[in-house]
Amino acid sequence: MAPERVAVRDRAAVLRRADHRLLRVAALGGLLVLWEALTRIGWIPALFLPSPLGVVRELGEMAASGQLMIHIAASLRRLVLGFGVGAAAGIIVGIATGVFSRAEAVGQPLIAATFPIPKIALLPLLILWLGIGEPSKIAVIALGVFFPMAINTYAGVRQADPLLVRAAIAFGAGRWSVIRKVILPSALPMIFAGLKLGAGTALLLLVAAEMIAADSGIGFLVLHAGNIMDTTRLMVGIVCLSVLGVLSQWVLTRCERLAVPWRHT
Amino acid sequence: MIDGSAARGKAASGLICCGVPGMRVIVNRLSKTYRDRRGQDLVALDGIHLTVEPEEFVAILGPSGCGKSTLLGMMAGLLSATSGDVVFEGERRPGQPFTATVFQEFALFPWRTARANVEFGLEELDLPPAERQERSARFIAMTGLEGFEDKFPHQLSGGMRQRVGIARALAVEPAVLLMDEPFSALDAQTRTLMMEELLGIWERTRTGIVYVTHNIQEAVYMADRVVVLSRRPGRVLETVPVELKRPRHEGQMGEPGFLHATERIWGLIKSQAQAALVEGEG
Repeated sequence: MAPERVAVRDRAAVLRRADHRLLRVAALGGLLVLWEALTRIGWIPALFLPSPLGVVRELGEMAASGQLMIHIAASLRRLVLGFGVGAAAGIIVGIATGVFSRAEAVGQPLIAATFPIPKIALLPLLILWLGIGEPSKIAVIALGVFFPMAINTYAGVRQADPLLVRAAIAFGAGRWSVIRKVILPSALPMIFAGLKLGAGTALLLLVAAEMIAADSGIGFLVLHAGNIMDTTRLMVGIVCLSVLGVLSQWVLTRCERLAVPWRHT
Repeated sequence: MIDGSAARGKAASGLICCGVPGMRVIVNRLSKTYRDRRGQDLVALDGIHLTVEPEEFVAILGPSGCGKSTLLGMMAGLLSATSGDVVFEGERRPGQPFTATVFQEFALFPWRTARANVEFGLEELDLPPAERQERSARFIAMTGLEGFEDKFPHQLSGGMRQRVGIARALAVEPAVLLMDEPFSALDAQTRTLMMEELLGIWERTRTGIVYVTHNIQEAVYMADRVVVLSRRPGRVLETVPVELKRPRHEGQMGEPGFLHATERIWGLIKSQAQAALVEGEG
């Protein structure tokens, strides 16, 4: 055998992933340019696919006339109220079922039984109970947010480190102190995960509720524009909804960074 | 388990000892039996009897699975005893807790800064904010945490974290400080430094300490007495006094008194440690 002299090669290099930042921007921008080009050439009629620039123009006009703000304000009001009520109730129920065995025995089977119901199916019932106005829309959003919040908060509470609970008790903490100073902060990351999940559900139910029974709101705008075949206006509604979705996630992420500083610094 | 009423009862019946003021701890024929999943009784501790005098530094040493931590948990009132009890007797300042614990895994609250961790026990004692600040500042200085008060635990090294753990426990000024293998999660160099610092702090505060460890050198270097426990069921094999002058320093580790005590203890537990090795029980 002849003696060898071989330098060691980095064999894990194939596993490294580059960022390709430019490609990311190009993909998104390219799609828009292609879309605009296709509508300009006229291969696709504007009725089926309005041009991106046309959508932007329409958005500007609707904003200037104040029409858009009316719809956005109506939707935001429902969203914030429904989300707030549902999240608050979910957090309270989640903590109660996580901490107290009796509350768990009562609450867990009820939640497990009602959680799988598609909440939008309850809207007719809610309209029957609460009327066709705002309360029924807010209630269906609240219901949709309540379940992920209750389930996530419960899981967060159950995940609290028993060692930290023991430490708190060793330093004289009573039950309420343990809940406030150990269990609640332990559950915060899960609570925020629930809030983000709930925000998505809330948007979905908002649009559904506004399509079923409303004369304002972005959901109504989209449905109405579709009915009169005003595809450009329809797209304006969809753009507003996606901005709302992105914005709500962004706000929640900012709040999480403020409320859970020990995870991000 | 600790029993406030028992402690007060004995104090009232005139059993307060002379000499140094403070509280002594009497572990009175303490036993703990666990029931495992197959329903079999497992005796963790069997008739433990020991006394910790005020201002004394006592190490409790034993091989893995001798129930050291169980014993400490019962002294802290975090576990109930199957039989026997733990009694505190002597003079106690109003509101002074019987014990405070330093945990092996630090057990710091990750959402609290170093200062807020130190103040946790003070909040539970319902101290006014001014006194809380004064005390936390004092013990932060004593444990060498100045400049790190506003850091979260994850921003601190292991050694600094355990300083927070020690400051948190000292800040409530307990009658007895319980330490459950406080430095075993640290690297060897940090551990040596922390041991020295703990001795320095103890010289200044003179709080009685019960120090659980499985490290013979550590126990002998720091303690006045080493209580050696047997493997399951945990019994007191012997209490080995350490004849070393205070204040202690590393140089004493070569002295005859040190070697004599470590050899004596190793002789007591060697066969038990071997048995533990074979069985592989934690």
